[in-house]
Amino acid sequence: MPEIRPDPGSRAASVAPEPPDVIRLRDVCRVFPAEPPVHALSHVSLRVRRGDYLAVVGPSGSGKSTLLNTLGLLDRPTSGSYELEGIETTTLRDGERTRLRGHRIGFVFQSFHLLPRRTVLENVMIAMIYGGGPRAERRARAEAALAKVGMSHRAGFPPERLSGGERQRVAIARAIVREPSLLLCDEPTGNLDSRNTDLILDLFDDLRGQGHTIVVITHEDQVSERADRRVRIIDGVLTEE
Amino acid sequence: MNAKRIPSGGRTDLRDLLAEAIAGLLARPVRTALTALGTVIGITTLVVTLGVAATAGNQIVGRFDELTATAVTVEAPDNGEELIRWDAPEELARLRGVVSAAAIAQTGESSSLAVRSNTLVDPTRVADQTLAVIAATPGLPEAAHGRVLKGRFFDAGHIARRDRVVVLGEDAARMLGVSRLENQPAVFIRDRAYTVIGILGDLKRERVLSTAVIVPPTIGDDFGLKHVTRVLINTSLGAADLIAGQAPLALSPGHAEELQVTVPPSPKRARDAVEQDVNALFLVLGLVSLVVGAVGIANVTLVTVMERVAEIGLRRALGAARRHIAVQFLLESTLVGLAGGVIGASLGIVTIVAISAARQWTPLLDIRLAIAAPIAGALVGLLAGLYPSLRAARLEPVEALR
Repeated sequence: MPEIRPDPGSRAASVAPEPPDVIRLRDVCRVFPAEPPVHALSHVSLRVRRGDYLAVVGPSGSGKSTLLNTLGLLDRPTSGSYELEGIETTTLRDGERTRLRGHRIGFVFQSFHLLPRRTVLENVMIAMIYGGGPRAERRARAEAALAKVGMSHRAGFPPERLSGGERQRVAIARAIVREPSLLLCDEPTGNLDSRNTDLILDLFDDLRGQGHTIVVITHEDQVSERADRRVRIIDGVLTEE
Repeated sequence: MNAKRIPSGGRTDLRDLLAEAIAGLLARPVRTALTALGTVIGITTLVVTLGVAATAGNQIVGRFDELTATAVTVEAPDNGEELIRWDAPEELARLRGVVSAAAIAQTGESSSLAVRSNTLVDPTRVADQTLAVIAATPGLPEAAHGRVLKGRFFDAGHIARRDRVVVLGEDAARMLGVSRLENQPAVFIRDRAYTVIGILGDLKRERVLSTAVIVPPTIGDDFGLKHVTRVLINTSLGAADLIAGQAPLALSPGHAEELQVTVPPSPKRARDAVEQDVNALFLVLGLVSLVVGAVGIANVTLVTVMERVAEIGLRRALGAARRHIAVQFLLESTLVGLAGGVIGASLGIVTIVAISAARQWTPLLDIRLAIAAPIAGALVGLLAGLYPSLRAARLEPVEALR
């Protein structure tokens, strides 16, 4: 039976109770056709509950990018099941996956991926263009998100005039403005110095305190130590620590 | 259980995609301007072509050769009947709109007769010239827009007295060696002598007369010239068509339908001819420029797409479907083409007005052209952007974001 979720901003107004698992991977494999075939993910199973703060650690080439892409619905597993909040994603069509991704997942990238020559506020508002709710509310929601990350004072600046740490905070504001079920972060502090890294990790703690579910892909111990939970991935195989 | 709870959210608003497209263009203003340049040149050329051709064609009415626009000719078949009387041109001159008229008689036989003059005794020269002999009414110099260079033309008196006089066309006079009339030179045709009393030249109509021997109708019989075969009529400007309709009836009431009237080409037809010549050349130039402009837009849009791969990946991660990406870039290229069309139309109109002012023409501006030009530009941009937009939509976010 289809659930009605008219107001993405208000969790309490949902009709049905939320499932406890945000992410449920069961025996997921991803094989890339090559000579010989590349097994990027090998029988990966993972459960991430609401409110978890998980770090996925592994060296480069371990398959953590593939895992990120799979979790982010940017890539489809070769086999296995991926339930995002109870929705089986592997059988969805491209358009449905896109909509789900925009609605439920917020991305934070290592290189920020902010649009140059647009203001900070516009950068956050862009997240809401693709099916993100009424146009009239956009500005207010973007300003609220910027406030949460402490970047309101830079709302009119273009990203070129911001420091690395500030840019990442704007990117985080963009990621949370639609109040997604999941924050997916790919080496979020990879381009930052240690001071800014700490600030961002503090911000993650705040967000988690507000109820966000966070998955961070990283190879840095400084980052993984701050998470509640760690899993390790090597050669496509996931192990819990 | 797979409860399908895919959020329907809001629809993606076209206005947002438009805003994104505009922002994308404004982010690189110089590049956008250069991209539009080809379309600007093409549209300007086309607008100027069509506008100047219409304007120039319109001026043809004013600059039209007055001579040709007022010359009507009536021909009677050479069948031995008198269809037109020799005094008919006088009657014709009474019609409103007729400025001058003269009647001519010329037959096949009379067109090549041996003529000899008595002025030149030169063994090296050919003794006889073969010239046409033409009978005409006294109004011929005026009707043929000619000038009596020497002497005089024959008049009613010569006709009444049946004088054996001739007037030579200027080329005929030269060929016969007749240059001075004081000593009353004579020409011999069919062993008869005729006095040359004048030389007619500067003919702007019926130039054949300049190599002819012109005789009064009364002695035309000597050469088999009995009946009028042609009437030259000059009308006032604008009356040619009317006179052409009335002349046959006025000249030969009983046999009007046997006469053949030659009417000058109407100004409109000349205008169309001019337009076509000018159009063809510049239209080709304009279209070539437009094609070049389209290729330019396509190229730059493709390069832009390749440069913005990361942005495309980001948007896809944010929830943009493939069609949203395609529409965004298609809007960009269409807007560039539209801007090129608007600027091209404006420049074209300014150019038409400038050219018209310089030549003191009245500019003819078709409002449909001013509207069609930007649409044409937009269409060029749309078509040029198709391939790059589809390329952009096909990008996988995974490739795009790493």
